[in-house]
Amino acid sequence: MKKYFVVSFDNEYDLVNATQEFKNSGFTLLDAFTPYAVHGLDKAMGLKPSRLSKICFMFAFIGLTVGLYGQYWISAVNWPINIGGKPWNSMPGFMPIAFETTVLFAGLGTVFTLLWRTGVLPGRKPKIYAPDVTDDRFVIVLTKDLRSFNSEKAEKISTTHSAFDWHEILESE
Amino acid sequence: MKKMGEIIMANHVESLRKPLVHGNKNLKTVTNDVVGIMDKKPTGLWWIGFIIAASALTLGIVAVSYQIMTGIGTWGLNKTVGWAFDITNFVFWVGIGHAGTLISAILFLFRQKWRTSINRSAEAMTIFAVICAGLFPIIHMGRPWMAYWMFPYPNTRGPLWVNFRSPLAWDVFAIGTYLIISAVFWYIGMIPDLATVRDRAKTKVKKWIFGFLSFGWSGSFRTWHRYETVYGLLAGLAAPLVVSVHTIVSFDFATSAIPGWHTTTFPPYFVAGAVFSGFAMVLTLLIIARKAMRLEEYITVKHIENMTKVIILTGGIVTLSYATEFFMAWYSGNGYEQFVFLNRAMGPFAWAYWIMVGCNLLTPQFFWFKKIRTNMIMVFILSIFINIGMWFERFVIIVTSLHRDFLPSAWAMYKPSYVEIATLIGSFGLFFTLFMLFIRYLPIISIGEVKSVLQFKGRHGGEK
Repeated sequence: MKKYFVVSFDNEYDLVNATQEFKNSGFTLLDAFTPYAVHGLDKAMGLKPSRLSKICFMFAFIGLTVGLYGQYWISAVNWPINIGGKPWNSMPGFMPIAFETTVLFAGLGTVFTLLWRTGVLPGRKPKIYAPDVTDDRFVIVLTKDLRSFNSEKAEKISTTHSAFDWHEILESE
Repeated sequence: MKKMGEIIMANHVESLRKPLVHGNKNLKTVTNDVVGIMDKKPTGLWWIGFIIAASALTLGIVAVSYQIMTGIGTWGLNKTVGWAFDITNFVFWVGIGHAGTLISAILFLFRQKWRTSINRSAEAMTIFAVICAGLFPIIHMGRPWMAYWMFPYPNTRGPLWVNFRSPLAWDVFAIGTYLIISAVFWYIGMIPDLATVRDRAKTKVKKWIFGFLSFGWSGSFRTWHRYETVYGLLAGLAAPLVVSVHTIVSFDFATSAIPGWHTTTFPPYFVAGAVFSGFAMVLTLLIIARKAMRLEEYITVKHIENMTKVIILTGGIVTLSYATEFFMAWYSGNGYEQFVFLNRAMGPFAWAYWIMVGCNLLTPQFFWFKKIRTNMIMVFILSIFINIGMWFERFVIIVTSLHRDFLPSAWAMYKPSYVEIATLIGSFGLFFTLFMLFIRYLPIISIGEVKSVLQFKGRHGGEK
């Protein structure tokens, strides 16, 4: 059995301020749920910058290698054909395709990593802690398992930041 | 900590001085307006558009089937003019497909917030245009069932691979990558909105379909955080990609030794022309869509105006390119080059040349006037003129450079056959049919992104 404390706001500013205060008061933030990407919330939640840009670079590098080496191997090693007297290894002419494979690998690789890492995949059922989070509701979910969880304080912070609803939910494993 | 929130708030208020969306929207009304379109019965205007588009598509299917069964002889091509209508249409559609990614990627990187209302539909348009473009080289093969030979794969023919030194092979990769990346960019951008539709769906079937399509999106900020990173990365990848695609299409011509094609200015000239024609097509479509779907408060006159300004700029670059081509033909001292350009302006296809010049040089100049920029009917008419002009640009480049080659005994004229004209109409039919279905069945405006740029108003009516 897991316990969560769910606080709802009607705008992003209260959400960001409240998140900041919850964080500073030592509450454990499970997640926030918002209808759009709220700017500044990542800092308030203390999220580290995503490492996906490194993944993107890695895939781009693989794409470039595959593009360049693939063309070289096909044109100069596997089956060299004399076309207009051009060298078998026509590296300048391989650049456009190498560029395209770089972009293709980087784009697809990054997106698939994102989907895999975040679990946003076809057939998945969303975990919904409060209704309307894809519409106009901003929600903070706090983990309430710890004994140190101070309900009074949590309610107080919710009131100060004009949350319009807060309640506990239980979730079976 | 209070302070930080205030700073964030101040930043938001500052960046939202002028509302990008009219009608005092709040978060709820944005959802209701955009998703509401998908619940409502379509307007009469939508049905008219859809029926016309579907009829044109049917005509195209008949024409292409006849051509594939009979052969390329059904087209007006001859030994001298081996590329004409089909490649004109190909380049035209690839060009149209450039505005969507420009709006979604390049304007995103430049932090142009007004793009949020139009990026979804412009991206959809890009994908449909690239599909139309891809059709033409395939049907030009004569044996389209062999189209997979364009890809390098281990095979039993030798192994005979594709020739990577050929710009036509580059095209396959460029267009293929562009189609895939644009489609992924479009779909990833749509996942949060599909979840919004899912959460509002009333029928079981709709819940299931959108539940599947939205990949279990829950609005989790941990996901949003990574999602935003990836969106930025994709925009960064798509921006050079969009430039590379038309550059490579221009290489189809520029790497040949044909006077009129053999020019180093082709890549920037083609890219500017592509953006020019793409924006004209976005205008044509959005002026219809905002009316047919009653989205005037989202796609505002300001959006239309901004796009006309991009057209003035790119139209200027296109004009400069026309002038540069003529100057270089003269300055090069190459008799063949000079002949081709004089033949363009004064030869048997002069009418096409002057339609091109008239439409592409003069039309954008009207957009200097605010009265015209804000008059939707005028913008609509002018955007169609630019579409026509840009189609003729490709026709002029291709046909006039080919029809009188080095040997006067080989000179020939070109006249499109009915099959070719029907195929062109059919490609428009395909494009508009897909677009009409899109605006009916998917969220046409990026709900999440519009919400993020709304001038904020609380749920209970109080202005923050």
